[in-house]
Amino acid sequence: MRYEAPESLDAAIALLNEESGTARVLAGGTDLIVQIRADMVDPDLVVDIKKIDEMRTISEENGGWRVGAAVTGAEMNEHAAFKAAWPGVCEGTDLIGSTQIQSRATIGGNLCNASPAADSVPAMIAAGVTLTIAGPNGRRELAVEDLNQAPGKTALEKAEIVVSFAFPARGAVASDAYLRLTPRTEMDIAVVGVGVSLELDGDGTCRAARVGLGAVAIKALLVDEAAQALIGTKVDAAAIDAMAAATSAAAKPIDDKRGTKEYRIKIAGVLAKRAAGIALERARQN
Amino acid sequence: MAKYHITAEINGDETEYLCEPEQTLLDVLRDELNYTGTKEGCGSGDCGACTVMMNGRHVCSCLVLGAEANGAKIETVEGMADGDNLHPLQEKFIEHAALQCGICTPGILVASKALLERNPDPTETEVRYWLAGNLCRCTGYDKIIRAVMDAASEMRGN
Repeated sequence: MRYEAPESLDAAIALLNEESGTARVLAGGTDLIVQIRADMVDPDLVVDIKKIDEMRTISEENGGWRVGAAVTGAEMNEHAAFKAAWPGVCEGTDLIGSTQIQSRATIGGNLCNASPAADSVPAMIAAGVTLTIAGPNGRRELAVEDLNQAPGKTALEKAEIVVSFAFPARGAVASDAYLRLTPRTEMDIAVVGVGVSLELDGDGTCRAARVGLGAVAIKALLVDEAAQALIGTKVDAAAIDAMAAATSAAAKPIDDKRGTKEYRIKIAGVLAKRAAGIALERARQN
Repeated sequence: MAKYHITAEINGDETEYLCEPEQTLLDVLRDELNYTGTKEGCGSGDCGACTVMMNGRHVCSCLVLGAEANGAKIETVEGMADGDNLHPLQEKFIEHAALQCGICTPGILVASKALLERNPDPTETEVRYWLAGNLCRCTGYDKIIRAVMDAASEMRGN
């Protein structure tokens, strides 16, 4: 194994592109180093991207925010202005592992590890995040929900790197929330995770909404039917119940040791309802 | 494959070492540099026994490559005491008997110090959540939490 820590994105892409064997991008290492130690992957090349400035910064952009893929959970949650803008994304990210893991784990890594149960991902799907991806053929953009294909599989081509996450501008009366269910309160993997983001008009009518659903399918899902159940309503109890039913209907889980299929389908709707309530309360306070 | 030549500041001393690319910071600290205060528990980032400070943040050293520490500032449990004077957390762990076998203790001391540097007056709940990534199979945690709360109080000058 060769370890490289280039200071530019171009150098990182060149290293990945020139490697004929197995290459891996190293961000916080909280998944990759575990996989290396467990002999699940045996890379010939590891490219540490933490010295690339563009990937380490949080900045305001066009009324929204841009977050580098190598920003850690701790850094995101310590950034007061970003946290105020996207509290649901921050609470999803904050649920990943212990405080030690928070010191290292990055949002880019949480996404690109391609676990269907990754806690930051449903919240980022709900937020409507657009990824900037760089590779040998230049840059491209992709909706966050389109990156992951299956457990451990992304849509990234050889030598492509997720560089940053663009969070869109939105109206003043807007917010988001993320809830997950785990058997324990800390240090566990989601049985179900739901992110809800919504935006209201001045008269309280829901102008825009998005719902992201994790741990109940081959990848985290954007649930458009759930969002449509809220848009155009006053987000009353009937609308929220319809949204919850649509979220349960979208869940396609498996049975495993952390939960049965039936339980996960039911909980998907319960969490969607509660997360929508929290996002609504936060939006009305803005 | 050539070894990597790394320079890091460890407990205030500029330190050079050679490491293989697969070696973790934990391997380097224990096996190359004899900082054996840092313990290996699970080796997968779940137990916190290997917690050290890296550039001002507490991390699991089993999930850091030795090569990643080039230019970094590392602090281990060996750096907590000031000469013969133990750190208040160390004093309080002894006073409250907050350990039995002791394997988890160095990691918990380092993680607790990181908490008190950020939050000198934590609630019990905050201490328990902060230390959720440090497993102890002996104490049942209560004595550890009491020791951290008492050390925090003393460090605030009470």
